[in-house]
Amino acid sequence: MSTFLQSRWAAPAGLAAGALLLLVSAPAALSVFNLALLGKFICFAIVAVGIGLAWGRGGMLTMGQGVFFGLGAYIMAMHLKLADASLFGGSGVPDFMSLYGSGEVPGWWEPFRSPVVTLAAVVLAPALVALLLGLAVFKRRVKGAYFAILSQALAAAFAVFLMGQQATTGGSNGLSGFRSFFGFDLKDPANKLMLYSVAAVVLLLALAATRQLMHSRFGELLVAVRDQEERVRFLGYDPATIKTLTYVIAAVMAGIAGALFVPIVGIISPADVGVIPSIAFLIGVAIGGRATLLGPVLGALGVAVAQTSLASTFPSFWVYFQGLLFVLVIGFMPGGLASLPQLVSRLKRRRIERGGKGSATAPATHAPEPAHPAPATAANVPEEASR
Amino acid sequence: MTTPALLPDGEPRAGGLRHGRPKYLEVRDLTVAFDGFVAVDRVTLDVIQGDLRFLIGPNGAGKTTIIDAITGLVPAAGSVNHTGTEILGRKVHKIARLGVGRTFQTASVFENLSVLQNLDIAAGPGRKAAELLRRRTRVDPAVQEALEIIGLEKAADKQAGTLAHGQKQWLEIGMLLVQNAEVLLLDEPIAGMSQDERDETGLLLRRIAASRITLVIEHDMNFVREFATSVTVLAAGKVLSEGSVAQVQADKKVQDVYLGTAGLEGH
Repeated sequence: MSTFLQSRWAAPAGLAAGALLLLVSAPAALSVFNLALLGKFICFAIVAVGIGLAWGRGGMLTMGQGVFFGLGAYIMAMHLKLADASLFGGSGVPDFMSLYGSGEVPGWWEPFRSPVVTLAAVVLAPALVALLLGLAVFKRRVKGAYFAILSQALAAAFAVFLMGQQATTGGSNGLSGFRSFFGFDLKDPANKLMLYSVAAVVLLLALAATRQLMHSRFGELLVAVRDQEERVRFLGYDPATIKTLTYVIAAVMAGIAGALFVPIVGIISPADVGVIPSIAFLIGVAIGGRATLLGPVLGALGVAVAQTSLASTFPSFWVYFQGLLFVLVIGFMPGGLASLPQLVSRLKRRRIERGGKGSATAPATHAPEPAHPAPATAANVPEEASR
Repeated sequence: MTTPALLPDGEPRAGGLRHGRPKYLEVRDLTVAFDGFVAVDRVTLDVIQGDLRFLIGPNGAGKTTIIDAITGLVPAAGSVNHTGTEILGRKVHKIARLGVGRTFQTASVFENLSVLQNLDIAAGPGRKAAELLRRRTRVDPAVQEALEIIGLEKAADKQAGTLAHGQKQWLEIGMLLVQNAEVLLLDEPIAGMSQDERDETGLLLRRIAASRITLVIEHDMNFVREFATSVTVLAAGKVLSEGSVAQVQADKKVQDVYLGTAGLEGH
């Protein structure tokens, strides 16, 4: 089994299985409504893949991914609004602007009339913001909790900013009521299926890219930076560059996910990009297992499904349950559910060792020796937990 | 880039190489002060390629601080010149790229990565982006050679965190070798080692030092006597004495300092 998992066919086989499941089985089994719901969850899963890379492998607790998700989403929403306005209204001015604003399209909206500019900006805007922020933060060696707080503050500021711009971003209502997507009617079930499929393909591509990164030399270096940033510096690398690059990749994934979220869900508002959604992105990643490839995806999907089904039956209970789950996982299973098999085998081994110790005769010959192996193996556990 | 052989011919000797143009580390008036406390006080030190220099002195003499200053970890005044290039004031990773490598008192390898991965990362700062984004398909020849030199070929795929203490220190030295460090700064490499491991480490240092600039901090005088080609004695942040082991042991000032603390023979 493990030899197959490591073989060169494992990745293509896994990708094919994922494609079969997401692109053939799911559309056949689910209603149009549920498929759209799954599409929304897949958008969250794409964000989770990026967080898994940045947090699980890079040790950067990204508590503000809502910013990048929001950038991608709002850029796409602006384009859809403008396109709808010229397709259906003729005036070229989105409906809400005539209601709340001057009835004129602000200059910084204009570039997003172009589909090409929009698609480029969905990738480049989050990348640029993450690049500048990453360089500013990591070059100054800001890390750990300070980075987490900073990124979260950014998410809060972003949401507040959006809420204040009633006339240009729709304020707290956000942007909604999209009717077309690059010329396709959004009400048509066939187009809904297409949108879902695009999201599923993007998720699979994000997974493939992340897998390649994790197994490359860059991925090994990233783990080294996570565990011993100072040591990496003494080998001649600048950890800030490595961290910034990873942060940019995670931001781009969040941005693309946001851009897909808009036509699938039909609305984007500050409530989808602020502090709470930013933390919600993390919870699924933590539960699934942040350092693994599939853990974040499965965790994000699982939490989203649970939220949708539980929140409708017990609306107030869900928030507490989610919080409790987060605390339990971080406190007792820092590797997430993905570490469960390892945890079980470690417990088993410990039981065997404890049972075997009585029968062993002279285990130690020199005095100093037993002191060394013990802290070496024990060191991994608390270190892992402290992250 | 041509990679020079990791193992030189011959043994290190006092004063270093006598032919060609040996590389050197020239420390001039190095001063490190923490909030008014002068930890290193106008230290001047020359180490020539091929010399195996030991830096000894009582606790608090400023030995580790000197290495910290040379590698850019703490700000310092004065000058540190590596074969014509001033390195003081540069960033840590830039200094490392100029061929200055170090180890730490507590072995700091990447515990969650294998021995091979540790060495591969150490060998890598010059790699191009395309090479970084690809998977490691073969073992770099320099990495393979280093594995043999430090005696960890059989442990190549083991997680570094599971190595014995001595093996971790050897791995660190191996990382310096593949890093292509011309200046090796080793901070108490044999601390906590068994006698056998100490001997192994000493022999390893003798094997690699002939083509490098090596500065080793050590407490154990037996080890120093056996393996050093030259010694610098530090006390209270100042250079007290310098020369062969016999010379510094005969130095009255050195005897006074050591009699006042641990004793030159013991420890």
